[in-house]
This record gives sequence, C-alpha cells and structure tokens, in this order.
Amino acid sequence: MTSVADVSESNLVDEARVTPVVRRSKVDRAYRAVATLSGSVVFVVMALIGGFLLYRGIDALRISGWGFITESQWAPDMGGAFGIAAVLPYTVSIALVALFLAVPISVATALFITEYAPRRLRRFLTATIDLLAAVPSLIYGLWGLFYLQPRLITLSKWLADNLGFIPFFEVNEDFGTSLGVFPSSTFVAGVIVSLMVIPICTSVMREVFGQAPPGEREGAMALGGTRWGVVRDVVLPFGRGGIIGGSMLGLGRALGETIAVTLIISPSFDAKWSIVEQGSNSIAALIALKFSESTETGISALMAAGLALFVITLIVNTAASSVVNRSRSGSATEI
Amino acid sequence: MTDLQITTPIPTVASSTAVLADDTRGAAGLTANNVACWFGTKKVLEGVCLDMAPGQVTALIGPSGCGKSTFLRTLNRMHELVPGATLGGEILINGVDIYRGAIPVTDVRRRIGMVVQKPNPFPAMTVAENVVSGLKLSGMKVTKSERDDLIESCLSKAGLWNEVKNRLGDPGRALSGGQQQRLCIARSLAVSPQVLLMDEPCSALDPTSTRRIEQTISEISESVTIVIVSHNMQQAQRVSDRCAFFLAAENEPGRIIEESPTKDIFTNPRDSRTEDYVNGRFG
Ligand SMILES: Nc1ncnc2c1ncn2[C@@H]1O[C@H](COP(=O)(O)OP(=O)(O)OP(=O)(O)O)[C@@H](O)[C@H]1O
Ligand SMILES: [Mg+2]
Repeated sequence: MTSVADVSESNLVDEARVTPVVRRSKVDRAYRAVATLSGSVVFVVMALIGGFLLYRGIDALRISGWGFITESQWAPDMGGAFGIAAVLPYTVSIALVALFLAVPISVATALFITEYAPRRLRRFLTATIDLLAAVPSLIYGLWGLFYLQPRLITLSKWLADNLGFIPFFEVNEDFGTSLGVFPSSTFVAGVIVSLMVIPICTSVMREVFGQAPPGEREGAMALGGTRWGVVRDVVLPFGRGGIIGGSMLGLGRALGETIAVTLIISPSFDAKWSIVEQGSNSIAALIALKFSESTETGISALMAAGLALFVITLIVNTAASSVVNRSRSGSATEI
Repeated sequence: MTDLQITTPIPTVASSTAVLADDTRGAAGLTANNVACWFGTKKVLEGVCLDMAPGQVTALIGPSGCGKSTFLRTLNRMHELVPGATLGGEILINGVDIYRGAIPVTDVRRRIGMVVQKPNPFPAMTVAENVVSGLKLSGMKVTKSERDDLIESCLSKAGLWNEVKNRLGDPGRALSGGQQQRLCIARSLAVSPQVLLMDEPCSALDPTSTRRIEQTISEISESVTIVIVSHNMQQAQRVSDRCAFFLAAENEPGRIIEESPTKDIFTNPRDSRTEDYVNGRFG
C-alpha cells in the first residue's frame, strides 16, 4: 500500500505554493503604462490641491491653533478669533437637509423610471433628469431666491407652529412667528441644494436599478410577484450599493455647493439647532463672500476652511466608494 | 405590455369567474388554442394547439430555435415582458382564458409556475427564505409554523431537504448549480402552483442531479400538471406522458408537427420529420 506521503515524495514536485508568473505582451505593457499614468494623475492632482490648501492655510492655523475647530466667530482680518465651529455645522446641516429630501425622492424617481414608466416616458424622463443635472447652480440659486423661497417660508412657518417642540423647527419667540424670520435659513438653502442633488442621485440609482439581473426579476415575476414585490425583493437588495453610493455622491456635491447657498443664506456665526430660522452658513459660501475683501491672514484662514471642506468631502467619497465596491451592484461580480 | 394582438373573440367574464372559484387548487388543465407569437414583426410561432391534461407531463421537443421556450413563456404570461413581443390565439387554464383579464396576471403566474434553464435563486436571501419567497412576493401571509412546514415539505418534494436541512440559513447562492436548480423547483412548489413549466431544467446539471429532478417530476406530477422542454430524448421518454414535436422551417414560424402519447412519438411517429428528429438524424 502506498500512502499519500510516499507518492508525494517519489513522484510529485515540491508542494510549496506557486506564485503565478505573468508575462505580458508589449501591447499589454504599453497599455498598462498609459493606464497607470493617467490613473496616477488623479492622485497627483488630489495631493497638489490638498498640499496647496495646507501650505496656504498653515499660517492661519498657527495663529488660531485648536481654536480653529472650537471658535465660531470669523474675524481674522481684525486680528480677532476665527474658527469653523459655526460654519461647519451649518454646512453639514444644509447638506443633510438636502439629502434628507433628495434621497427618498431620488429612489422613488429612479424606481419609477426603471420599473414602472412605459418605455417612451422612461427615455424622456431620463433625458430630462440629465438635463436638470446640467443646469448651472447659479440658475437654481436665482430661481430659489426669487420664486421658491417666498413660497417655501409658508411651510417653514407651518413647521415652526406645529412642530416647534422639535429643536430643529424651533424659532425664537421674541420675534413671534411672523413670516419674516424664515427666509435665508438652513431649510431654504437645503431645499434648493436638494434640487441640485436629486438629478445626480437619481442618475446613479437609475443606472444601478436598471442592472438588476433579469434572471432574478423574471424569477420573481414567475412566482406571481407583484411589481412592488419584485422591487422589494430583487431591485432594492441588488441596488443597495447604488442607493448608498448615489447618496454619498449627492452629499459630496451638497457640502461643496457654493453659489446657490451664497445667494440664499444670510450669514450667521452662531451655531443653532433651528433649521427654519433665518441665518445659516457654509464653508463654500464663506469663502465666496469673504475672499475679495480679506487681508493676508484672512485669505490664509479661508484656505484653512477650504482644507477642512476638502478633507470632509474626501472622507465622504472614500467611505461611499468603499461601500459601493463591496456591494453586489457596485462590484458587478455577481451579474 | 398592453399591446397584445388578441385575435379571437373575448369570452364573457361572468361565465369564467364562476368556474374559477373551485378551480384554483390541484392540477389544472392547460389548453393552447391556435397560438401565434411575434417578436416585433417577426413571427416565430403559428397555429399552435395543444392540450396539456391535468396531472400529466407534457414534453416539448424540437430543434433549437423552433419556439419551444417562446411557447412555454406564453403559457404563464412571461412572453409579454419582452419589449415588442405580442401574441394571438388563446390559452385557457381549466377553461378560463388567462389573457383576457378574468384572472389577474399575478394569479396566472402563481398558478402556473416556471423553472428556467439557468438556476436563478435570490442571492440575497437564505435557502429557507428562497423557498418561501413566492409567498412574500405575491403578498400571501403564513404563520411561523406553517412556514417551517412548507419549507421542509417543498425542499423534500424537490429532493433537496437532506442536503440542506442543516444549512437553511446559508445564502442561496452558496449551493451548487444542481442544488440551486432544485431550490428553484422547491420555491415554485411553495406557492402551490397548478401547472409547472420547466424549460430545460437539467441542461446545466450532472447526471445525478438530473436523475433527482426527473424523480421529483414523477413524484409531483399527480398534484401539478407539468410541461417540460427537453433536448434530451431519453429524458423526454422517461418523464413524459405526451410529447409535442415543434419544428420551424427556414425563415418560417415554428409549428407543432406532431403531438401524441410519448410512446407513439418515439416508437411509431406519424411524420417522417419526427422520426428523423427523435432518432437524431436532424439539424
Ligand atoms: N427576445 C427575442 N427577440 C427576438 N427574437 C427572439 C427573442 N427570443 C427568441 N427569439 C426568436 O424566436 C425564435 C424561437 O426562440 P426560442 O427561444 O423559443 O427557441 P427554442 O425552441 O427555445 O430554442 P432552444 O432549444 O435553443 O432553447 C428563434 O428564432 C429566436 O431567434
Ligand atoms: Mg429554449
């Protein structure tokens, strides 16, 4: 009787694991080189931007120290204190309000387009939404300022009157709840930013929902599945990565939105819970507003604020891409 | 979805719903009357008449591209999901037309289940969830104990219970191809269909899994009418009671050339083309 050990000793080569050697053709190598180069350009640009912001902002950061994170006022030009303790929360609030509205609407719109709309309407809607994504944010800002805001503050007032016990919808009773306290708020800015974010989120989600495997779809239909059943058991589980990825992409966009927010808000440097009350802020708007009138320290401080925004956006997008890559629809390995 | 070319007169709904009440359980008879199918302007099936008797296994055989899958998909209204696909003629389950609104389309598909060539379990669901997925999909409610019983009985009927009883919580995609196919059969059985359509269910499977599925077919055929497409003549002989031979001449729509008890088709075919095909002398 020969044991397994005998065989491996006598006939077989050493069992040590092999590292497969790949020999690439010339074309392959040339293509690889080009692809690697263009891929690394992205990283170089990122590093250059980050490095530039840090280089220009470091003076201000030296002056303020940790105060840059804890201080809410912004008076670098008069030698006063400055920090992002108010601007940053406002920035995030506007983005979250935008996302809170945009994500459900985008999911519903994307589902309508991929699952319910007749084909001709589908094409029309897709084109319209892509068109909306291409409208300059200045236009959204102007329309939001002159058309939407006067109508929206009625809703703000309703929220304050009826849900005022929630800190987000509370307004200072000293003023009473006249309509005058509601314009230029985080809420109004968030609503307008959400309009800009919806097309972006919807495109991503529509793309992903449309890739739900036809085999699974038909399997669900063949079991007597209702349309909603198919959406719930096939499309949404498959598209989870797309929903998260699209939302994060929207969040990145919302955090950086400048001109529309600048037009809407009246800058406030006192952080508050209320989103419906007048006064809000954002890092991007701050930079846009102060840039032309700032001294050297002021500019440096704005650069530091820009760095903070850059870092946050980077974190959001990295988190998003890792979630999307790990999901089925993102990596597309299972399709 | 709505652009069906319906060419026969619409039967009165009142008379058909009366039949419906008692007829939604147990093996049902399926009748195709003069069915024709189009993809866009291309006609791929013509004049198909076929009776699929309750509790019997009907095999559809014929060369590739003659319209077997297309015909099968008209039987549970999956054909209309293809953009531009239309059909004519009528299909009756226990005498009630399935295309003219007497039965909601989701009920049609629940009562006439389907297993396709490539196993398509829901990858995000566990083995157990896959089995009962049809209940959730069609909005049926069951209690926890009913659910557990159903999972065991359906997996047993599909010949899979012993292999997966300890891995009910694993994801459906973790099973082998043959196991996935039997899981799909179990899933179809869980909604207690009256007819089960099978499109080459064994073509991607090894001989053992194939045997197992054939055994399943003969076990369940009493309580559910089966229509199976097969390219394997031995399989068609083994499992079916009746056989329909489809053929499409070049650039012509497919039609049924011959339809008889399986024994006759294989031993005593009426048409020379059938004889050529079942003896492997054909395209
Ligand atoms: N989605 C489609 N669009 C257009 N034509 C189609 C479509 N599906 C099938 N056909 C055509 O319809 C005809 C019948 O196809 P079908 O799939 O029913 O054949 P089959 O008998 O099942 O073949 P096989 O044995 O290879 O599965 C073929 O000519 C095919 O090209
Ligand atoms: Mg086929």
